[in-house]
Amino acid sequence: MLQSKIPDRSHLMSVLWDIQRKKRCIEPEDITKISQVFDISKTELEGVISFYHFYHFKDVGKYTIYLNSSIVSEYSGRDEIRQAFEDAIGIGMGKVTSDKMFGLFDTPCIGLSDQEPACLINFKPFTHLNRQKVFDIINQIKLGKNPSEICDIPKSKIQYTPTPDRTVFFKPYTLFTALKKLEEYPPEQIIDMVKQSKLAGRGGAFFPTGLKWQFCRQYESDIKYIVCNADEGEPGTFKDRVLLQEHPELVIEGMIFAAYAVGASQGAIYLRAEYMYLKEGLENLLDKYRAQGYLGNNIPAMQPFDFDIYVHLGAGAYVCGEETALLNSMEGKRGEPGTKEYFPVQKGYKGKPTVVNNVETLATVPRIFEMGVESWLKLGTTKTPGTKLLSVSGDCPNKGIYEIEWGMKFSDFLKLTGVEKPKIVQFSGPSGDCLSISPNESKTLRSSPRKSRDFLADNEYDRVISGEDITCGGSVMIFNETRDVLHIIKSFSDFFVAESCGICVPCRTGNFLLNKKLQKIINGHGEKKDLEDIKSWSNIIRTSSRCGLGQMSNNSLLQAIAKFPDVFDKALDENSDYNPAFNMETATAEYDRIIKEINANYE
Amino acid sequence: MNKPITINIDGKNIKTFEGRNLVDVAKENGIFIPTLCYFRDMHPLATCRICTVNLNGRQTTGCTTKVTDGMEIEINTPELLDNRKAIIEMLYAEGNHFCPSCEKSGKCDMQNLGYDMGITVTRYSHVFSNKHVDFNPKRMIMESNRCILCKRCVEQVKTKDGQNVFSFVNRGVKTHVQIDYEQEEKLTESEAMKAMNLCPVGAILIKGMIQEEPFGERKYDIFGKQKSPVIQGPGVFKEDHEKFIVATTSLAGCFGCHMSLLDIDLELVDMLEVVEFNKSPLTDIKNFSKRCHVGLIEGGCANSENIHVLKEFRKKCDILISFGECAIMGGIPAMRNFVPLEECLEEAYLNSTTSELGANIIPGHPDIPKLLNNVYPCNEIVKIDYYIPGCPPNAQHIWKVVKSILLGEEFSIAHDEFKYD
Repeated sequence: MLQSKIPDRSHLMSVLWDIQRKKRCIEPEDITKISQVFDISKTELEGVISFYHFYHFKDVGKYTIYLNSSIVSEYSGRDEIRQAFEDAIGIGMGKVTSDKMFGLFDTPCIGLSDQEPACLINFKPFTHLNRQKVFDIINQIKLGKNPSEICDIPKSKIQYTPTPDRTVFFKPYTLFTALKKLEEYPPEQIIDMVKQSKLAGRGGAFFPTGLKWQFCRQYESDIKYIVCNADEGEPGTFKDRVLLQEHPELVIEGMIFAAYAVGASQGAIYLRAEYMYLKEGLENLLDKYRAQGYLGNNIPAMQPFDFDIYVHLGAGAYVCGEETALLNSMEGKRGEPGTKEYFPVQKGYKGKPTVVNNVETLATVPRIFEMGVESWLKLGTTKTPGTKLLSVSGDCPNKGIYEIEWGMKFSDFLKLTGVEKPKIVQFSGPSGDCLSISPNESKTLRSSPRKSRDFLADNEYDRVISGEDITCGGSVMIFNETRDVLHIIKSFSDFFVAESCGICVPCRTGNFLLNKKLQKIINGHGEKKDLEDIKSWSNIIRTSSRCGLGQMSNNSLLQAIAKFPDVFDKALDENSDYNPAFNMETATAEYDRIIKEINANYE
Repeated sequence: MNKPITINIDGKNIKTFEGRNLVDVAKENGIFIPTLCYFRDMHPLATCRICTVNLNGRQTTGCTTKVTDGMEIEINTPELLDNRKAIIEMLYAEGNHFCPSCEKSGKCDMQNLGYDMGITVTRYSHVFSNKHVDFNPKRMIMESNRCILCKRCVEQVKTKDGQNVFSFVNRGVKTHVQIDYEQEEKLTESEAMKAMNLCPVGAILIKGMIQEEPFGERKYDIFGKQKSPVIQGPGVFKEDHEKFIVATTSLAGCFGCHMSLLDIDLELVDMLEVVEFNKSPLTDIKNFSKRCHVGLIEGGCANSENIHVLKEFRKKCDILISFGECAIMGGIPAMRNFVPLEECLEEAYLNSTTSELGANIIPGHPDIPKLLNNVYPCNEIVKIDYYIPGCPPNAQHIWKVVKSILLGEEFSIAHDEFKYD
């Protein structure tokens, strides 16, 4: 009897959100109550709360302001905006005003890199900030305006699409069109067609979608799940936000296709908390699908089926973009990646077969069925047919979303962005590829053939964005020649230190120690042997970390070392028998201060 | 019964059954895959990553691998061996592991792996971050300085109603294990003991527990006596007619290492035939009178004088050896790194039981060496060529290292001579 009263643990995060939103913090009495209701120990609950950085034990203010700490934001003038907020509300970063009206905090990328400097106030977006705008916002709030009344609706700055006949995503779509196809094919054939389309995971891992569905279908189970991974947290990416704003129906229909194909009856969209402002719209649209009979019981298909979708809100943890971490998070646990004994298609959400697909992957599916696999395969390259969404930010005039056909030359892409004097183009975020372009080389080397994939600085300009060469999860950050390579790399490293879940040693500790080493070099105390250490330590982290976060965390660092040898040469001294980072004056400063104080008192 | 299969580990064909755990299968066949978080019969946790192996050319953890027919597994490639060492060293650098003062020393899984792998020093600088020690639970003490976040206790220790007693809180480097006081009270005496024994290091302690086993009879004093790590490094070059010239010093240490040096006993006589001591407390020579082949450093650096002496040694000696825990890790003096310097001085000069009644002066004279903000291991100040761990190091160990270096020979240290405590 008692057992049945205990709510499902998967509701835990939404309960915590309710309290966090209502009280601006989760207090000890709440913890006692919730732990009793969910029948878990208080410590375990505190473990969950403290994992997610949008849940707080202390009041974060009636109006909680989050500023983006990413490198793109920094280069867009974040410091000035931070200063403006600090002046306008009279507190420093990480603090709350004494009347508990305002709290000011840092958070990693909020998915508005094309409209930075930007911030979230009570999770409502404010974009293109300047000092005056900051003061206006604060004044209006003080006058009683609600952030939802004065916030900006982020624009979907779609900068480029191929010709209409070759565009996949950003063209009009009539609701339910593709779903009619479900009445023509049995599930197995849907899977076959997705396999034929060579669609692969667009989050960046590029695992074949059809195969994933096939595996999930193979496992017998009373219940299966479809999860849409809308936790895009890779700094610099915002393409899923734009897709969910412009074409959420494609995502929902993609999930319905997946459910039909694998035999799943429940679905969830794991929406990152930074996109909370999209939740209501999504839920209204889901209602529309329910009203039309495309969600719920007996969905029309060759083999009618039951399926429904709800929206699960994240709470601030980059690692939850990793599918096993995401599933743990949905179960109301700490968002730590699983041990990888099983793939989610075998044992996923609540131990049942689960398909986790990226927003963009799912949105592609109805389009493929709408246009037919044949015409789809005519787009893009052999390995990667179709188009890809890129989120472009940084030092270029044309920031925003690019729908490019796979196979576009990197140089042509750069021209579209309008960038002048680029130096680094960072693909797929901090864990991705660091491409080096120096303005002089780009002119002379445009016609030279690309020799190999081993990232040589003299041929990157002629590389191709495709499965055969540069794959990309979605983030493209452009940095011009005025930017400091070491500073960018350090910012990436800071990000991984902050976002490592902490469960495995190489990622938690290795990245932390590596970060200190980078700081040593930036402080001007680097020696040649430090570079060897960095390479060797990075390799240890890559080969022994549990999940992709750790394994990929030093990609950019290693590539930057290979591609900007002069930067590191300049920053490093010859090896010395005496550690240059040890400074006697600094080391004895505290002692000197104490003794000076004592002497002053004595006199 | 599962299907019989054959797998290959490091070139050796092994017959076993499908779906079994790789670590277990290897162990039964005399192949040791080191693990810290994996505990027999327990669901694998895969947190420590030291059991990482090459499986058909890809890296994965041994503890989560279920064997299938034809698997090709490499366990002891040079790269994997170094990775394992590196991970243990990361843990030593991240936590505050003062073996000489730890109740679990001699019974600690991590320490034992350190011995097995011949880890004398960490390649990473010590973090020395102040970690919480929680004395509040009824029966237990949670010593986060020593916790390696293996997650064993989090997963395994539950009350009768199935509630978790331990949990990870926070994230990333700030992650630590927290005890639930209410749940901890519900544990029986034997369940609490089980939790302590489950901990691979000395992070979970039971109040009032006396460590009964004397040195030499603790779990890992007895285990693994056959193993002996091999150590290599630069040798000494000297003219044939010269004696080897050796200097020694004790920085922030207790002179215990020097006492142990004297324990070489009769071999001292042999030694003096080939060795001449220059600057050393043993000769009372205060200043270097010539260049030395080898300098032996005891103790870490706690003040400006220590730094000065250490740098002088580096300048005047061809080879520098850190001997003893304090020189290598900072040791007991480094435990002050978690206390504000002002409090340290007040405790030493004003509030200690030996200070004079009414003492009110913390002396500050230019002649008094200045205390550093932290106590530093020697290798974080100058380059050190060799390390002899121990508190104090075993006399045989010291003699073996010094002799081998002087003669330019590769040497190995027996497991029972190799100690951090």
